[in-house]
Amino acid sequence: MSTTRLAWAAGLAILIVLPFITPTYFLHLLIQILIWAFIYTAWSLMGRFGFVSFGHGAFMGIGAYVPALLWSYWNVTPWLGIPLGVVLSGLLAIIIGYPCFRRRVIGHYFALVTLALSQVVLLSLIAAREITGGSLGFTQRAVGYSWYALQFPEKSYFYAIAVLLWLFGLAVWRRIDRGIGREALEAISEDEEAAASVGIDVLREKMRVTVISAALTALGGAVYGQYVMYLNPETVSGIAVSLQIVFAAIAGGVYSLFGPSVGALLTLSLTEGLRVWFGANFVGAANTIYGILLVLCIIFMPQGIVGTLQRPKGSSARRDIAWNWRKG
Amino acid sequence: MLSLAAVSAGYGSFQALFDVSLEVAQGEAVGIIGPNGAGKTTLMRVISGLIPMREGAMTLEGRSVGGLPAHRMVEAGIAHVPENRRLFPRLSVEENLRIGAFIPQARAHFAERLDWVFSLFPRLEERRGQLAGTLSGGEQQMCAIARALMSKPKVLLMDEPSAGLAPLVVQQVFDLVHKIRAEGLTVLIVEQNVQQVLEVVDRAYLLEVGAIKLAGSSAELKDNSFIRQSYMGL
Repeated sequence: MSTTRLAWAAGLAILIVLPFITPTYFLHLLIQILIWAFIYTAWSLMGRFGFVSFGHGAFMGIGAYVPALLWSYWNVTPWLGIPLGVVLSGLLAIIIGYPCFRRRVIGHYFALVTLALSQVVLLSLIAAREITGGSLGFTQRAVGYSWYALQFPEKSYFYAIAVLLWLFGLAVWRRIDRGIGREALEAISEDEEAAASVGIDVLREKMRVTVISAALTALGGAVYGQYVMYLNPETVSGIAVSLQIVFAAIAGGVYSLFGPSVGALLTLSLTEGLRVWFGANFVGAANTIYGILLVLCIIFMPQGIVGTLQRPKGSSARRDIAWNWRKG
Repeated sequence: MLSLAAVSAGYGSFQALFDVSLEVAQGEAVGIIGPNGAGKTTLMRVISGLIPMREGAMTLEGRSVGGLPAHRMVEAGIAHVPENRRLFPRLSVEENLRIGAFIPQARAHFAERLDWVFSLFPRLEERRGQLAGTLSGGEQQMCAIARALMSKPKVLLMDEPSAGLAPLVVQQVFDLVHKIRAEGLTVLIVEQNVQQVLEVVDRAYLLEVGAIKLAGSSAELKDNSFIRQSYMGL
């Protein structure tokens, strides 16, 4: 117990000291990693129970665009715009989730529905060119340092926000992990009908975790949008973003608290490292290597990186059986 | 205790049950027998709320429970041991039982329920840490029954408890039914194994093509020439 506390304290201390000793470029990278780690963690709330959503790009896109557009056109503060985007994402999750869960659209079929959702939001953003700037992207109206507009030229502000956001994501993950909802969701992921037959309200449990996951993803998208100030449909929504979320979360490990965060750390540093290393030479090489590493990761570490490292600790041995079972 | 009046149900445009009426009294064990595809499992799923009934009425201890969703049925006191057991294979025996006590009124008494279930089925206590998917067929059936009992039901529905088990194990499963009856539970049991089930129930209904064709006490049905010819091969 005390070693866990110590590890947390040490980790937090490092996070607090980091912005003072790292160059701006690394701080920028770190902020991105933390925001994405939060989004991956949000995805894994569903993913760990086998509800594989390829639609989180949609939630992120809404979360990012709603406050940005409201601010830039109508001067609405992101303090209102962000909650609105989060609520809209939650509503969209209900609109998509309710009929799916009601009609028992599960597994691959659910994945396909959410895949379509990603693309619908992407195409809508592109089609609404007059407002969103279409595929050229959208640059937020900048006003310099302002709490009202949630804009800070200094990276350290966003670093602090990103750390808090990330910790909030971990807290939600842990809360769900320790609650009785987890048992219900585990049962549902194994056998929905059997879960219903022991008295679990399958529809409610699934809706709850889906809405939480979608809303958090939108929140992550909003913070990301405030930070980078420039939104492009391809980088905050759509299938590419959804896939990025799914891959990184699975590579890191969806069954452990830090899995998705480790996924964010590794995949983003890897992309960035490869990009810097290859530069303008060998166009496509970086993506190819990234893809190969990811595939190897998923084949040889189905529990994810963190899951594999934790293996000796009893409880994850059974998750190996879990995987074999699912594959068989 | 449990009463169905003129219940109809089906899937999509297919109607599987036609005007089914039946009664199960307090402490009684009642069987539902019939061939494959007669609608026995559908009937069980209607009673446990897994599929909605189209017409008719259903009451439990005089209270109308028709049309309640499955999780409310469990709260009302109906527990369902589904066909093919449907355990959570990747969870341990104990975790399966814990989930069996999911509803609030059962969760509050989890420890005593667990003790009671273990005293009924000592074998499960030995296997409490084992993954349910690695149990033998008979033990899985035991675990499925135990899981249903965890919710402290008034009525226990059992769907084909002997299906897919070796003959020797089938006998053990029917012994379990005896044990449960001795605890005073009301049991409604669906079986294709007519000869065996008539040994443990007080009365039975014969379901054919979605409708009740015959009803009577076990002794009557055992002597019924139609049943003997069609279902016992005698």
